[in-house]
Amino acid sequence: MEKYDGPDSGRVRIDDPWYDALASGWGELDGTGAPAPTVPPARQEQDDRAARAADVYLEVQRSAAFQEVRSRYRRFVVPAVAVFFSWYLAYVVTATTAPGLMARPVAGAVNVAMLAGLGQFLTTFLFTWAYARHARLRRDRAALDLRWDTQELTRGVAGGER
Amino acid sequence: MTGNHQTLALLLFSVFVAVTLAITTWVSRHRHGSAEEFYAGGRLFSPMENGFAIAGDYMSAASFLGISGLIALFGYDGLLYSVGFLVAWLVVLFLVAELVRNCGRFTLADVVAARMSERPVRIAAGTSSVTVSVLYLVAQMVGAGSLVALLLGGTSEAAQAWTVIGVGALMIVYVSMGGMRATTWIQIVKAVLLMGGAITLTVLVLVRFHGDFNQLLRTAAERSGHGSSFLAPGLKYGGDWTARLDFISLGLALVLGTAGLPHILSRFYTVPTARAARRSVVWSIGLIGGFYLMTIVLGFGAAAIVGSDTVRGSNASGNTAVPLLALDLGGGPASSGGTVLFAIVAAIAFATILAVVAGITLASSTSVAHDLYASLRRRHAKPRSEVAVARTAAVGIGVVAIALGLLARDLNVAFLVGLAFAVAASANLPVLLYSLFWRNFTTRGAVWSVYGGLGPALVLVLLSPVVTGSPASLFPGVDLQYFPLENPGLVSIPLGFLAGWLGTVTSAEPPDEAKHAETEVRALTGAGAV
Repeated sequence: MEKYDGPDSGRVRIDDPWYDALASGWGELDGTGAPAPTVPPARQEQDDRAARAADVYLEVQRSAAFQEVRSRYRRFVVPAVAVFFSWYLAYVVTATTAPGLMARPVAGAVNVAMLAGLGQFLTTFLFTWAYARHARLRRDRAALDLRWDTQELTRGVAGGER
Repeated sequence: MTGNHQTLALLLFSVFVAVTLAITTWVSRHRHGSAEEFYAGGRLFSPMENGFAIAGDYMSAASFLGISGLIALFGYDGLLYSVGFLVAWLVVLFLVAELVRNCGRFTLADVVAARMSERPVRIAAGTSSVTVSVLYLVAQMVGAGSLVALLLGGTSEAAQAWTVIGVGALMIVYVSMGGMRATTWIQIVKAVLLMGGAITLTVLVLVRFHGDFNQLLRTAAERSGHGSSFLAPGLKYGGDWTARLDFISLGLALVLGTAGLPHILSRFYTVPTARAARRSVVWSIGLIGGFYLMTIVLGFGAAAIVGSDTVRGSNASGNTAVPLLALDLGGGPASSGGTVLFAIVAAIAFATILAVVAGITLASSTSVAHDLYASLRRRHAKPRSEVAVARTAAVGIGVVAIALGLLARDLNVAFLVGLAFAVAASANLPVLLYSLFWRNFTTRGAVWSVYGGLGPALVLVLLSPVVTGSPASLFPGVDLQYFPLENPGLVSIPLGFLAGWLGTVTSAEPPDEAKHAETEVRALTGAGAV
């Protein structure tokens, strides 16, 4: 949000309420009609429009709401990828380099290797469940709100062309 | 195997073909020939339907017959191999499915090209996608020929050739007439049949052992002739350090390659939203995981009931383990139960090959038309003709696949599946991940990472023991073997990532921050997604 005063923001002329509105609801944006009135609708150059559409994405990317969604995604995915990938590599490397260890019996005919292999299946199912749950509860709503808001903004820019 | 089996198997397979052909005609009755319709089936499949279709696309005959056969012959090492195919889906679920659904339209190249200078990136990604598809396709077609010969007992060369031609012709009809919608329905029907067959056999095996998995393992170990080492790793992928490294390389390629397979990526565009893409992956992980768990039971069951030696005597690579198991579970070769079960398994295997081949053909014709043709055509060509190009490409690729399948039918092409995964992981995955997650990624980085993964993977295979220099090679007479591993993944995957990084840091053009913002916002929110 500090970056709001950056060089690009002037061109788009998105007003301050933009950011508060993310939290408090977007209904009024159309009323304040951010970018459209700044230029005469007809005869604008293609590049200009493209640049302003790009600015919408830059602004959204810098918004607190988007950064929250992104960090929630990353906070789950980065550790999860690190864990399952090293667990799989460890499994494959151990199975190929230390078959003696893997052959150690645990109960009946079941040995360490069998437990580790079935463990891979189990952890895959668990990770899948955890990811789906995390995405559903922690990300979907915020991402959907951002989607409509962003499309509203880009439509505002695109609307200027007709 | 008597004539009874064959007649019944052919009858069941004909029913499958008739049903799927009916579906193809039905879904294409009011097609309007748009790209959306042909490449993505109108994007209106439900997550469950797409989940079944993904599972159908992914579980090839190599999984159904090959992995359970590996387990029947080598015990634990077959299981070790199958784990990579499942864990790979976590990469797809976490890093790829939703983001790709949000950013792209039809292909992998769409995602990358959105950020970069379009033409070189599209040509690069299109080339590597077509390469992966063709490698995978040839493996399937060769498999089709030998499998049919195996299951129908018709070992005559002509019968094999006609089967390959027949499978190829059917697949060309499906894909060029029905596009994604027909292909998806074929995958769904096939996945249901495959799961149904696997569940039936698994239940029968478990009933035979009174639900005692421990007893099943003990009997399998006893009858395999290897004793307790049958239940531990090392029988197939043990041996010297080259063989062990080779397996690590294969494991890496499997787990990273799935997320770069074009026919899997294109499936995410058949659902309306990223959320639906996620839910379809969850469905497919459930189905695929359940299926591989059942192949474990089937593999050890075949070793315990049929016996490893009998399986090996029937087919050296174990592909007949499940059909033989079905014959025994049904009551033996002379009984009607055995005949029926065997015929069902054979028909499912045909259906599996046909469906997988159709899926890959569609994906590669999409890459040819949407990426390569669209970038290389003359400026004044009409965009409307893209779907026509895709249909033509499907026919062309089908003909090439049939020809290669016939030419290569006597060669040992088992390495091709692993190679397809290795190329996908080296050429497609790095560029995809960099595009989605790396702010400073540039056009040059994208192009370098594709060719930097594709080139080494292919060159290393040419220099490897699968092509020359050993008795099992494609060309045993020549010796160009400089690279010891059969699977290039261990070297080529890091090279793909390295080349992408190197291309990016050395490029003169600054990274386009606005395009990165657009990709990131669209990927995570779905704004502007089609």
